[in-house]
Amino acid sequence: MNALEVQDLAVRLGGTDVIRGVTFNLPRASCLAVIGPNGAGKTVLLRALIGALPHTGKIAWAADTVLGYVPQRLDIERDLPLNGRDFLRAKAALAGSPGSMQAEALRSVGLADETLSTPIGNMSGGQFQRLLIAFALLGRPNVLLLDEPAAGIDAPGQAQLNEVLHSLQDSRAMTVLLVSHDLSVVYQYADYVLCLGRHGACFGPPRAALTPEALYEVYGQPLGFHVHDHS
Amino acid sequence: MSTITPELAPELGSLALSALMAVAAGLIGSFAVMRRMVLAADPMSHIALPGIGIALILRVNPLWGALALLLLGAVLIWAVERRIRIATEAVIGVTFAVALAVGSIITSGEQLIDALLGAPGTLTLREAAFGIVGSLIVIGFVLRERNALVVRLVSPEIALTSAVDVARLDLYFLLAFALTIGLGLRFLGVLLMGSLIIIPAAIARRFARSLGTMLALSVAVAVAATAAGTYIASLTARPSGPYIVLVAGGLFFLSLLRRRES
Repeated sequence: MNALEVQDLAVRLGGTDVIRGVTFNLPRASCLAVIGPNGAGKTVLLRALIGALPHTGKIAWAADTVLGYVPQRLDIERDLPLNGRDFLRAKAALAGSPGSMQAEALRSVGLADETLSTPIGNMSGGQFQRLLIAFALLGRPNVLLLDEPAAGIDAPGQAQLNEVLHSLQDSRAMTVLLVSHDLSVVYQYADYVLCLGRHGACFGPPRAALTPEALYEVYGQPLGFHVHDHS
Repeated sequence: MSTITPELAPELGSLALSALMAVAAGLIGSFAVMRRMVLAADPMSHIALPGIGIALILRVNPLWGALALLLLGAVLIWAVERRIRIATEAVIGVTFAVALAVGSIITSGEQLIDALLGAPGTLTLREAAFGIVGSLIVIGFVLRERNALVVRLVSPEIALTSAVDVARLDLYFLLAFALTIGLGLRFLGVLLMGSLIIIPAAIARRFARSLGTMLALSVAVAVAATAAGTYIASLTARPSGPYIVLVAGGLFFLSLLRRRES
């Protein structure tokens, strides 16, 4: 059964087709990595999928879908008088989730409780990113969309984050869609890859979709990427 | 229309009413300032003027005309923001400049000054009732919707995936904002009411590091400025509006003396 079915999706912004002809079906509890060069429309795709952008074509989520969305870097003013606790409390109230959920969400993203007293504009990039993921988890989503979740997080944090996402996917049968620039992560964790390139989109399991020829097609230049095959 | 009788202690009643309005202004102002809508209060207040003019022509209480146009203006801003994502500020600026021009043509000089800076005099019962009900609506809206407003403030997209109807919330927020300006019409005048919405919240923002502190400080400053301004005005037997804004403005400049940590 599919978590998401997308057919001939196109988004036109400011008179330009940012994405067009995107078609794929995503099975439940699978992980889709969206890759492509800067400006290929990865963020636009995610925003269209959550219903934030007008589009043509079909986007059909499963009937029981609860979305969690983690956007790419947000510009938060440094003096905004909102701290992490205000932010999570707001979500908990909106989602009607019990107080115990918050501790669990914080634990799964590795964020200390003390950090919540910090105004969100003063948090480091990594702290804020973790807060956003904890925020998304509070709504008990069964689909998580993440736009470059590892951006701004240090190397150990990235590894931890990838493990978190993987275990959420396993333990809660969560469907994960993530935009990533790290092709090794894509190989390791993704069940499917959607490449958005200048000449249309491709979709398939990583090994089939990420051939050197396909990557050349997507990025418009040869990539020095090598698959470490340990199997 | 009946006026409040002296037995009802008009000074006390009117002070309580202005305190209630100050609470509403402090609360809606907190979110307006956090949303960087500081400059919106001014053009928004201008649209009340043609309403006042039309009401005078139709011989109804200018307050209702002003209120009708303020709410209409809120819907207009909302619709423009949704349809045209670019140059919203320009559209709003031009629209309200036109409103000001129309207003000044159909309103006499004295009425215009009263509308802008507030008219002294006893409130009618209806006006007092409107002040109470309107303030309670604004206060109730902000307190009830604060979670949705917080999430919307951080990111509209996140709000969308948190079961918040962003378009509706934005409309209600603008209507509450317009209503708050309308509330101040009889007391401070539309121009000065904009200041009472913005200044206390701007002061609070300089000190607060959490939402609770922000809301509490903003309300406290708005109420304190209103009380102090009203008291000074009673000593000089002049309208209280300018004094209220002077006190608030003075507090703002005092707050600049404190450097923000971080």
